[in-house]
Amino acid sequence: MMHIKPILAALKRHKAGTILIAMQIALTLAIVCNAVFIIHQRLERVQRPTGMDEADVMAIHSIFVGLADNNAGPLIQADLQALRQLPGVQDAVSINSYPLRGGGWSTGVRTDVDAKDSKAHTTQYFADERVLATMGLKLVAGRNFRADEIVQADPQSVPDPSIVIVSKALADKMYPDGSGLGKPIYIGDTKKPTTIIGIVERLGVPWNSVWSDDFYENSLIQPVQLTGPFTNYLIRSKPGQLESVMKAAPAALVKANRMRVISKERGVRSFAQIRDDAYKGDKGMAILMSVVCLVLLGVTAAGIVGLTSFWVGQRRKQIGVRRALGATKRDILSYFLTENLLIGVVGVVIGALLAIGMNLWLVTQFEMARLSLVYVLIGVVALLLLGQGAVLAPALRASRVSPVEATRSV
Amino acid sequence: MFGYYLDLALRSLRRNKMLTALMVLAIALGIGASMTTLTVLHVLSGDPLPGTSTTLFYPQVDPRDMDGYEEGKRPPEQVSWPDGQNLLQAKRADRQALMTGGSVAVQPAQANIDPFFSDARYTTSDFFPMFKVPFLYGRPWSAQEDEAKARVVVITRTLNEKLFAGKNSVGQTLRIKDAALQVIGVLDDWRPTPRFYDLNTGSNYGTTEDVFVPLSTSRDAHFAHDGSTDCWGSGGGDDEHAETAPCVWLQYWVQLDSPAKVAAYREYLVHYSQEQKALGRFQRPPNVDLPNLMEWMDINKVVPGDVRLQTWLALGFLLVCLVNTVGLMLAKFLRRAGELGVRRALGASKREVFMQLLVESGVIGLAGGSFGLLLAFVGLWLVRKQPSSYAALAHMSVGMLMFTFLLAVGTTLLAGLLPAWRACQITPALQLKSQ
Repeated sequence: MMHIKPILAALKRHKAGTILIAMQIALTLAIVCNAVFIIHQRLERVQRPTGMDEADVMAIHSIFVGLADNNAGPLIQADLQALRQLPGVQDAVSINSYPLRGGGWSTGVRTDVDAKDSKAHTTQYFADERVLATMGLKLVAGRNFRADEIVQADPQSVPDPSIVIVSKALADKMYPDGSGLGKPIYIGDTKKPTTIIGIVERLGVPWNSVWSDDFYENSLIQPVQLTGPFTNYLIRSKPGQLESVMKAAPAALVKANRMRVISKERGVRSFAQIRDDAYKGDKGMAILMSVVCLVLLGVTAAGIVGLTSFWVGQRRKQIGVRRALGATKRDILSYFLTENLLIGVVGVVIGALLAIGMNLWLVTQFEMARLSLVYVLIGVVALLLLGQGAVLAPALRASRVSPVEATRSV
Repeated sequence: MFGYYLDLALRSLRRNKMLTALMVLAIALGIGASMTTLTVLHVLSGDPLPGTSTTLFYPQVDPRDMDGYEEGKRPPEQVSWPDGQNLLQAKRADRQALMTGGSVAVQPAQANIDPFFSDARYTTSDFFPMFKVPFLYGRPWSAQEDEAKARVVVITRTLNEKLFAGKNSVGQTLRIKDAALQVIGVLDDWRPTPRFYDLNTGSNYGTTEDVFVPLSTSRDAHFAHDGSTDCWGSGGGDDEHAETAPCVWLQYWVQLDSPAKVAAYREYLVHYSQEQKALGRFQRPPNVDLPNLMEWMDINKVVPGDVRLQTWLALGFLLVCLVNTVGLMLAKFLRRAGELGVRRALGASKREVFMQLLVESGVIGLAGGSFGLLLAFVGLWLVRKQPSSYAALAHMSVGMLMFTFLLAVGTTLLAGLLPAWRACQITPALQLKSQ
């Protein structure tokens, strides 16, 4: 570290090269920091729990055709009976949507009947009392629906329910002191109160994009069996029997009634597939960003190797002189390492500012959070290490320059 | 002279293969990544109806009540039934069409095809001539047929293949829900990208609907409407009362052939809003807009955020690759100071040395560009493997191909400027002396 002055003097004679390396380090740091931040955010999203016990669950999307309006009620009951009787099936339920499906119902809820604005946004699920068992939801307070509380309703005009099961997140949002159980809420524009009779630990909404993030765990389940021609069957198999049920269930449905459409591509899916489909875009983005980051670091390292090699080649004679005057191999090695460190420090300081600036700009352009400084710090350390690693090979070569070089004219 | 420079460049590049490979690879990676993402961006932000789009406009009025009113907020993205009908009947534009999306159960006459659901578009007669929709067989329906709620249907070529084995099906009957509709037209291939006319369906880059039915017929036969329905006040999304409910759920497009007509139409929308307010239907002060097709795409941010993000990422990557190349080229050129000194001493002017070095960087650019183009093809192939609705559209066009080469050579020449200029500053005498 005591050789900083001569190093600075030498760098002054290589202004262009020095600036270029520093610039490259700065740009790389800025891009990699933001990319890694985005990757991390995406991966966090991909791992977000739905509140369901997802193993052994599958879904079938079925549409009845050739049916007069919205009287599929008995047909759905027959379907459910057929499904629940299948060997290997633990439970089954007909529901309007489910977490990660991508489409569903949502509405505002209030606790004050006269309030104009809703207190929270929530998704609405409509299903019978078997839904908790089928989804594997954990009831943390209150009770489940009873079979006699389930009503049949046309999806065009669902009556306001008198009871409802909500997710803990929604209950706490409505009654922050945690006293939600047994209290009334008002769903949508209604004046009719609905009593919270049960609270489940967690239940995600059907959407997984950024816009739904601020109400991701606000869900409620109404004791309603919809009678429209579109329905989703969620089926829980006995442990380990999902594969056979995935074959048997659609066949049983077709056998029960042929006048239906089950789409070939997305009609029958295991929940693992559903999760995969829902997050394909996020995963793809994370992979792409990772590849770009790695290549970027590689290019920067190669650039440092290339330019330092040139400097070493250019200074062979000076190195020889220094060696002849008593400098050890270590001195030469540390000279180049220190030189790179100096350039690197300038680069990362500029890069850190650039990374933060870039993030501020991205926040205005895309739905994105603010960059945490931890990423910048890790990036700074990583790039300095990268620089030192890259410079090592040319520096070692420099340290091996023999003192004899000093006596040669070329 | 150019040939000689080229020869010199190739010799010099061959002398240090590692360095050359590194520079070419860096340029290629940068160009490959940028071109892949730029091509996707180009395809996705393209004009769905080139030549026509500048005359197509999306009128907006604001029929909402005062709840949540804020000055300067955009009017709703769709129109309500009464407003749509009023604007349609007024016929103030050269052409106009009111439409919404839906989903219908098709029951094929053939026993071997199971019933299936198909996306449908319910619209009015001007839709086809206004959007220049090509017909393979038959014709679009007429305004009279709109009026009469005629049981007619226009289908796409794809559906025609599926149901009628691609034969001329005009005159055949198609059973949808409980209605029997007569096929009067079959569309030729038509895939406007993005599918601009309705941005509420969630797949802006998908194919068009397969079934087109007059809007009046769809309401008469109770075909289900889907897509977004935004209501206010005591409105509910109930399909049966959609005509009277305070909800917006239709898209309205007009064709206006001259700037004067555009100004007049905007004026008309303001007058219309004032008139409706006087009648008590509207409550807010007139809040209208009349974006043209491409403006409407921008307002709705049709291009997915991830695609724009990827493009920026790739451009940043290209920038780093270029800075890297500038550095390496600088090292390379300065290392040849001796050789350049000799050339200068033998009478080459600064300009000539400069040109020689630029030719060398041009060669690197060309090599990097060619290799980058290959990488871009691989990248686009990877994009096409993705599950997104626009995946199939990711193809390189001739224009983009030319652009790739220009970008590659242009940027490397630019990158070569500084090193070449620095190398020219060498004093021949000093170099010769140190030899």
